Amino acid sequence: MTAGALAEGRDPGFVGFADLGYEGPAPKRIVTGYGFWIFLLSDMVMFSCFFAAYAVLLGQTAGGPSGAQLFNLQNVAVETGCLLLSSFACGMASIAAESRNHFWFQIAMIVTCVLGLAFLAIEFREFADLVARGAGPSRSAFLSAFFTLVGCHGLHVSGGILWLLTMMAQVFAKGFRADIQRRFLCFALFWHALDIIWVAVFSVVYLLGSAA
Amino acid sequence: MFGKLSWAAIPIDQPIPLVTGAVVLVVILAVLLWVVASGHMPYLWREWITSVDHKRIGVMYTLLAAVMLLRGFSDAIMMRAQQALAFQSPGFLPPEHYNQIFSAHGTIMIFFVAMPFVIGLMNLVVPLQLGVRDVAFPTLNSVGFWLTATGALLVNVSLVVGEFARTGWLPYPPLSELTYSPGVGVDYYLWSLEISGVGTLVAGINLVTTVLKIRTKGMSYMRMPMFCWTTLASNLLIVAAFPILTATLAMLILDRYLGFHFFTNDAGGNVMMFMNLIWAWGHPEVYILVLPAFGIFSEVVSTFSGKPLFGYRSMVLATMAICVISFMVWLHHFFTMGAGPDVNAIFGIASMIIAVPTGVKIYNWLFTMFAGRIRFTTPMMWSIGFMVTFIIGGLTGVLVAVPPADFLLHNSLFLVAHFHNVIIGGVLFGAFAGYTYWFPKAFGFRLHEGLGKAAFWFWLIGFYVAFMPLYAVGFLGMTRRMQHYDVAEWKPWLMIASVGSALILAGIVCQVLQLIVSIRDREALRDLTGDPWDGRSLEWATASPPPVFNFAIPPIVAGEDAYWSMKRHAREEGASKEPDYEPIEMPRNSPTGFVCAFFATVMGFAMIWHIWWMVIAGFIGAFATFVVFAWRDHDEYEVPADEVARLDRANLLARRELLTAAGSLR
Repeated sequence: MTAGALAEGRDPGFVGFADLGYEGPAPKRIVTGYGFWIFLLSDMVMFSCFFAAYAVLLGQTAGGPSGAQLFNLQNVAVETGCLLLSSFACGMASIAAESRNHFWFQIAMIVTCVLGLAFLAIEFREFADLVARGAGPSRSAFLSAFFTLVGCHGLHVSGGILWLLTMMAQVFAKGFRADIQRRFLCFALFWHALDIIWVAVFSVVYLLGSAA
Repeated sequence: MFGKLSWAAIPIDQPIPLVTGAVVLVVILAVLLWVVASGHMPYLWREWITSVDHKRIGVMYTLLAAVMLLRGFSDAIMMRAQQALAFQSPGFLPPEHYNQIFSAHGTIMIFFVAMPFVIGLMNLVVPLQLGVRDVAFPTLNSVGFWLTATGALLVNVSLVVGEFARTGWLPYPPLSELTYSPGVGVDYYLWSLEISGVGTLVAGINLVTTVLKIRTKGMSYMRMPMFCWTTLASNLLIVAAFPILTATLAMLILDRYLGFHFFTNDAGGNVMMFMNLIWAWGHPEVYILVLPAFGIFSEVVSTFSGKPLFGYRSMVLATMAICVISFMVWLHHFFTMGAGPDVNAIFGIASMIIAVPTGVKIYNWLFTMFAGRIRFTTPMMWSIGFMVTFIIGGLTGVLVAVPPADFLLHNSLFLVAHFHNVIIGGVLFGAFAGYTYWFPKAFGFRLHEGLGKAAFWFWLIGFYVAFMPLYAVGFLGMTRRMQHYDVAEWKPWLMIASVGSALILAGIVCQVLQLIVSIRDREALRDLTGDPWDGRSLEWATASPPPVFNFAIPPIVAGEDAYWSMKRHAREEGASKEPDYEPIEMPRNSPTGFVCAFFATVMGFAMIWHIWWMVIAGFIGAFATFVVFAWRDHDEYEVPADEVARLDRANLLARRELLTAAGSLR
């Protein structure tokens, strides 16, 4: 009986409710997360261009230093540790956000932030050191590609930290509102995606580069 | 203080850009003055500039495209006139100016005419066809539009402040490197495309999410109108291809600004890497443009033949096949690179294969028309004109896909004729068909038919007169982008081509007149029912123009051609009971997009002229905008149920009258 009554009021086209096949628009949380995933995919396409350029220009050292002469794997290992741990801390923040725990959310975000900043500091030192040794990005095509690929990831992390601080301020000021939860979901996706890209950078640039 | 910017940047010695720029400036100021003086500014700000309504944003995209079409076409007619005159003479355009004109023409026509035109139509129509209230991310939609407008603005600023690129519509290095292009022209190109590219990416993400996640009840994938499918395919391509453009141009920016060596001749740079990367974006780009046009033709042909689309499933398959294969053909833009016979053969074959799904589509449209009751309205005329013209363009495309033939035709006017054949005959005719078809949906009155048909005939004949001679002159060995020439056999063909551009001008004049006349006679052309063409998909199930919430009650879909079956049901069963109206939540308008674009313009301009403090100021402004937007508390408002009922009742009444009238005719 309800279906009939419902159909009269809510279904002006009288097409009936049988065999709909699709349940209608997805909830906002799903839509936001999905859209942000698509953005992340496009971002990865951009990174893949820089990876491709790096692969093409790997041997073009123009008489300058190659990766094997420049990379310090210990340094990079520490850097990688910082970033992976920050991703773990970010996961903790997600759990805290889920259970609406302000204290642990802010703690986990601070840890994420500090580890991210440590990563950036190490990367910055590495870059400064290379430039000081005359191996800056304008030395050779290889170094141009190296600085662009790794630097682009670094820029993403820097942008992520700005976003992270904004998120902390928002949760502090407004609490775990539904729209802020959605934003935090996007931030967490972003931060983890940067990890995935870093794993590729670490393998393709540093590991393969020091072996060559 | 102002970087490279000084009074020398104003081209005092070049009358053409200076006078044009001055006229445009006067017109803009006059319009602004009129808007402010007549008190329309608050309305414009409230209802359009800050609007997050997908219909308004779609209209603004289309308007941008129309204005830029005038700009791009004035470049075209100057080039045709120059080549008609420049036999053993310098013509009227000096080489450095001519080079800027052909670069600006290509850049504007692709990025600021074709792109905003199709994105505008998709924005306007897709949420309506899906039976929903808005796109997935309304505010982001506004940001995307305004960033596109920023790019267009920067290109036009280059007319009077500094110069534009002289490197062609794709800035091939090493010519575009600092060594050979030390001016700001290439920088104008790079920054305007980086900024508008972000806008396009945002639009792409938005529309993909909308089609995949936001459809009305019962709208399964295989019930979506064809235009929604082509929108999905086209926007998937945007999401996958535009980041490549962004990355490639970023590399060129790094070369030019910080002395990197991606594409330089020295220090190991690789010039051909630019060609590979830019065409890995560039070839999908042509399908980004033409797929929505295919969708428009599908809707138009089906509606005006009074039949469901023939071979719907094969059409979906063909669309998605094109979507995938379009990423596997990029190398055919430079067979002459010397990649060797194997590589060239593979890409040549892939380029021929991609013509197959397009052929499937042509047959589907023909069979849709077969045995239908065809109404020869203006949109239908554009569609038929397209089918004939596009087949010719497709065939010449298959010809240049043969590597040995391409070695002869590469960079000749044959190529220029080919891509104008597919872009004018495909994309532009599609955009015009969609514009005429959906105009009554957007504004509530139809466009004048007579002037529309006149415009169509001028465009069609003008196109053939302008571009068929270019095929011939290409066979005679003329290369593209020549400022003057000494070969007597070319001259008559180029004279004919310039006549063609004059015919196209007449077509454009007709279109402008059509708009003016239609607005003047809008009461006579008024459509109260919201269904002026006896349409089949859901956009016709609501009023014209649709209320801000699109549908008072979300429609429920049980098959293809959803609105067609609703109408049939209503005819058989008579009027339905009034629905239960409920209040509707809608997103609040927001100036975020406009403010963002303002700071993007500041940053872009500062980057072009190396005004570093202004770059930093622009960045801080953009970040502040982001935080302020994130901080607002109420991003939605409620339309009360009474208001919903009032708006919907008026439309239902008009529809019922139409139905009764149609019933008495039967």
